Amino acid sequence: MLAIDARDKEKIVAPLFRTPRAFVLLVLILSALIAIGVAAYVRQVTLGLGVTAMDRPVYWSTYMVNFVFFIGISHAGTLISAILRVTGAEWRRPITRVAEAITVFALMVGTLQIVIDMGRPDRLPFTLLYGRLQSPILWDIVSVTVYFLSSITYLYLPLMPDAAILRDNCPSDAPAWQRKLYIVLALGWRGNHEQWVRLEKAIAVLAVLIIPVAVSVHSIISWILATTVQPGWHSTIFGPYFVVGAIFSGIGALFLAMTGVRKALGLESYIGLRQYRNLGLLFIAMNAIWFYFTYAEHLGIATGQQVEEFPVLASKLWGSFAPTFWVMALAMVAAFWVLVAPLLVPAGAAKVALFRPRLALASASTALILFGILQRIPMAPTLAALDTPNATTAAWVGVIVMLMLAGLGVAPWLKARPVTATAIAGGLVLAGMWLERWNIILPTMTHPRLIPYAVYTPSLTEILITVGSLALFTLLFVVFFKFFPSVSIWEVAEGRVIEEARSKIVVPAPEPSEAGWLRPRRFKL
Amino acid sequence: MTRWAMVIDLEKCVACQGCSIACRFENNTPAVSPEQAARGRAIRWNDVFPFPVNPTEDTGEYPNVKARYMTRPCMHCENPPCTKVCPVLATYKDEEGLVRQNYSRCIGCRFCTVACPYGVRYFNWYAPQWEDPLALRLNPDRLESRGVLEGPAVRPKGVVEKCTFCIHRLAKARARAEAEGRAFRGDEYVPACVQTCTGKARYFGDLDDPNSTVTQLEKSPRAFRLLEEVGTHPKVIYLREG
Amino acid sequence: MHLATSYHPQNKHEDTILSPLRRITFVDRWLWAVLLGVMGLGAYAYSRQWVFGLGVTGMNRPVYWGVYITNFVFFIGLAHSGTFISAILRLAGAGWRKPLTRAAEAITLFSLPFGVASILIDMGRPDRVLNVIFYGRFQSPLLWDFTAVSLYLFSSVVFFYLSLLPDIALCRDRLTEAPLWQQRVYGFLAFGWQGRPEQFHRLERVLDGMAIFMTMLVVTVHTVVSWVFGMTVQPGWHTALIGPFFLLGAIFSGTAAVVIALAILRRVYHMQEVLTVSLFNSLRKLLIVFTLGWLYMMVAEHLTQFYGSLPDEMEVFWQKFTGAFAPLFWLMFLIVFVLPLIIFVFLGKNRIGWMVAASVLINVGMWLERFLVIVPTETRPRLVSTLMAGMGNYQPTWVEGAITASLFAGMVLLYAVFTRLFPVVPIWETAEAVEAETLPARPRRSLFGMRRSR
Repeated sequence: MLAIDARDKEKIVAPLFRTPRAFVLLVLILSALIAIGVAAYVRQVTLGLGVTAMDRPVYWSTYMVNFVFFIGISHAGTLISAILRVTGAEWRRPITRVAEAITVFALMVGTLQIVIDMGRPDRLPFTLLYGRLQSPILWDIVSVTVYFLSSITYLYLPLMPDAAILRDNCPSDAPAWQRKLYIVLALGWRGNHEQWVRLEKAIAVLAVLIIPVAVSVHSIISWILATTVQPGWHSTIFGPYFVVGAIFSGIGALFLAMTGVRKALGLESYIGLRQYRNLGLLFIAMNAIWFYFTYAEHLGIATGQQVEEFPVLASKLWGSFAPTFWVMALAMVAAFWVLVAPLLVPAGAAKVALFRPRLALASASTALILFGILQRIPMAPTLAALDTPNATTAAWVGVIVMLMLAGLGVAPWLKARPVTATAIAGGLVLAGMWLERWNIILPTMTHPRLIPYAVYTPSLTEILITVGSLALFTLLFVVFFKFFPSVSIWEVAEGRVIEEARSKIVVPAPEPSEAGWLRPRRFKL
Repeated sequence: MTRWAMVIDLEKCVACQGCSIACRFENNTPAVSPEQAARGRAIRWNDVFPFPVNPTEDTGEYPNVKARYMTRPCMHCENPPCTKVCPVLATYKDEEGLVRQNYSRCIGCRFCTVACPYGVRYFNWYAPQWEDPLALRLNPDRLESRGVLEGPAVRPKGVVEKCTFCIHRLAKARARAEAEGRAFRGDEYVPACVQTCTGKARYFGDLDDPNSTVTQLEKSPRAFRLLEEVGTHPKVIYLREG
Repeated sequence: MHLATSYHPQNKHEDTILSPLRRITFVDRWLWAVLLGVMGLGAYAYSRQWVFGLGVTGMNRPVYWGVYITNFVFFIGLAHSGTFISAILRLAGAGWRKPLTRAAEAITLFSLPFGVASILIDMGRPDRVLNVIFYGRFQSPLLWDFTAVSLYLFSSVVFFYLSLLPDIALCRDRLTEAPLWQQRVYGFLAFGWQGRPEQFHRLERVLDGMAIFMTMLVVTVHTVVSWVFGMTVQPGWHTALIGPFFLLGAIFSGTAAVVIALAILRRVYHMQEVLTVSLFNSLRKLLIVFTLGWLYMMVAEHLTQFYGSLPDEMEVFWQKFTGAFAPLFWLMFLIVFVLPLIIFVFLGKNRIGWMVAASVLINVGMWLERFLVIVPTETRPRLVSTLMAGMGNYQPTWVEGAITASLFAGMVLLYAVFTRLFPVVPIWETAEAVEAETLPARPRRSLFGMRRSR
């Protein structure tokens, strides 16, 4: 019989045996969306990929973007939780479970995208029967499979003691099948010393092994593109660039997921500001690295000005992909600012008139209006003065200044609401990274060497399937946490013991432990 | 505007290397010793070499050789990779499209030489020297004003030099037109290699002039440019054999 | 002179750390003389090059850049040791770094000037170096380099000096038996430092702020160095990965250099107590990560090229894998990756000798790596025939060898002299407490408790 803290029992265990109406409603809505997506897919399978908007030369599009995106956010979990475990960051404890769950479900949905994208999904086994290991697709299949298996093990191992706890702490009115589920999953866990030692060792080894696997997965996905000779894709930086982007979007997904779980289950006492702050620092660092890689990638093409590559870049900077490119850039800058501003703005700033949300709103709308005018929609004769280059430049400067003002104005508001700010940043980055994948895959597809340049707009089928996939991901996530604790009970309990032991030591540690998230303390080979 | 360009008809070229020699005497390119030349330090603004440059199995073996000869002045690119990397504006593209080199400003970092995909830029590893009969017959032309030293003027040690499309001839032709009180015409000037070409394989003129020979020849289906994929947009246009 | 009431942090290793400053041995003088001799040889070689021109080197057309540029990239890379350890690890809050910050930063400080010197030596017209200021074009990656490296040099001097300041004051007050000129130097450089809590507080804040700036500079500097190559269109150079790859290599070789320097200091100055084995073990873990990261970048770079199989690129690629540069390439792979990884993972733990061996291998290998990035591309240009077989038509001459040797000798000389003049382990950063008898009436722990005020 495993004991459990009363707090944990009320906050974490109890919700698993309740079925609130909101949950049912959410499941219904998500199921409906998935059903629509499934219908669209059935149509696609019956009629053929012709129902999508793909054409020659755009042979890969939305599904591929989804694939890269989902596999990217799968790095939330495993990589982040593994790195944090390896470096012995104490604050990781309440968020590892959420992170690892994201990994598993994102991998499922991501892999599904590949199947959806196949013209002959019925021939999927051919990749095993006739697989050519020279093809990056085969590398991908191998590495994603390994990654999936190890992630699910990595999710399951720390879940085992929790399943045992649930088995032993089931309320009397729990349904029999749920009770049985925990009994099976606990695998006869008794919680004796030997078992703990073995579990800790297994988790530690797996955490080290899973890091190279995770890195290889996203590198290989990038190499599917980079090993071709297509302009814009054939770039050596793609491996690390994709990995950085994956970790970055992974933290974004983690932000949203942990905030959702925290709000839905009221876990404020578990997932505290400390988690947000530390993860926020990691996020800021990844954001900076992402910008570094983006810059390195594009600068090389810009200065090289090779005849085939440059049109791809031009289409992003001022051509048909400019909207998605600049929205992506703006989203990333905004995400950066949302997390950095609270660190920079002094406490009393709200007293200054400059730092008012109302002003932020005003300047943001001014920027939007100016931008709209610059796009000449609608083309009013009174605005003809804007046709002169100087006025246009001034208007662009105005847009940028207004946006900066908006950023300043919103800063104290963000500082007062760290959780909301983090969630906003997470959402911005998810949107930005999806667009980033889009901006990598599509411009190259539409700017081939010997085929006339093309335009691609996704069809309804693709949109519905994308929405359905997102819904599927959310549904899997929500249902999982309906039946399993969203916070690792035993790890948090262990954390409490460690903290207590630490607080009794009189000599202070050389460095406050929360600052040491990069300190290789438990790194053992 | 004027955009000076050259057309080289490979059908007519006999690979006599006359262009290379004319260029050498016109522009005072130093002759280096055979040992230095063997180390790759010979200076030939206008080079003649087998093409493809480095033989592979694709070029075949004697007598089934597929290699041809190629003569190569500076391409005077529209988008020159060399001028982009110069830290001190010692090399630049002027308003007539000539890629020029200022010998009195060059600091000898050799960034332009490594950036040029055509290998048309040469470095003065030592101070240039001429043996006696040659030393007495240097081209006295000199293009110099306010810290700018160009053209056939003898280069100092440690600077980069390159084909100028005989820019001193352009200056002279302009001066003559001015002295005679008339407008300068695009056909009044050709570089030395064009003038000397045995097979009359070289044409020179203004690409912006729709009636010039080079503009006419540029439209030929035989026309191609070297390493077009690199994005340099050369202004030397070749006419394919056959 | 100065007030005797200066407060100094209490450090039980103070005597050990200060002992190298108290005498200059016979061996020292010999070492310095030998190094000066090597530098003299280099100066002679350079004077020949100045008089006759760059023709005395092995460079030619198309290998316009050779050993000098390799040295430049290598020295700048080496310089990332200190900044990485002090700035990046400072930001990451790794407390174990403290005893080795000074030794690492000194590598930065003394290798940067030789990186700059390499560029000057490589210039065909060193007399026209000021043209870079008079006529500088910011469109040229060389100007980015010029700016970034000078800024880097300047700010590392400042960063180094600031963290040295309390220790200079300590030297001023402790080394009363030193020659008068030396005492004067300490007195001047200490800048009236008294070690009051607010001074320490301010110093820590400045160092924290500078650490952020220095981190950005580290990234910028080596990326910009790589872009000198990456911004051209030459096969093998024009690759987007070159920035991150150079950066990783720089931090890699820099950290390995720290291991070497620390081991020597520990041995020669008997600092076993201060520079503990655990420091080496921490560095070992970092180096394992860097080794793997280096392999990752290497694979990413070459796999992409190999699958693309563009003819121009493959010329360069095969040069390295099977061609004239293959022996060097595989040697480099062996001594940068295979051997160090084996040593670090299986043999290195707690064994300083092995770690030093691996670090030496890494540094030699990283020099080769820079060489193999730069030269093979030049020997396979698109339109220039490569005249000779063998090592791609480039054989460095004795002039290049002598100048390279003198640059390394100069760096070692500066380092060696520095260790005899200033403490190589930061006394104040590794201190336990402020001296009890002179402590002002302030709460004692607050002095070092504010280390990371948040």
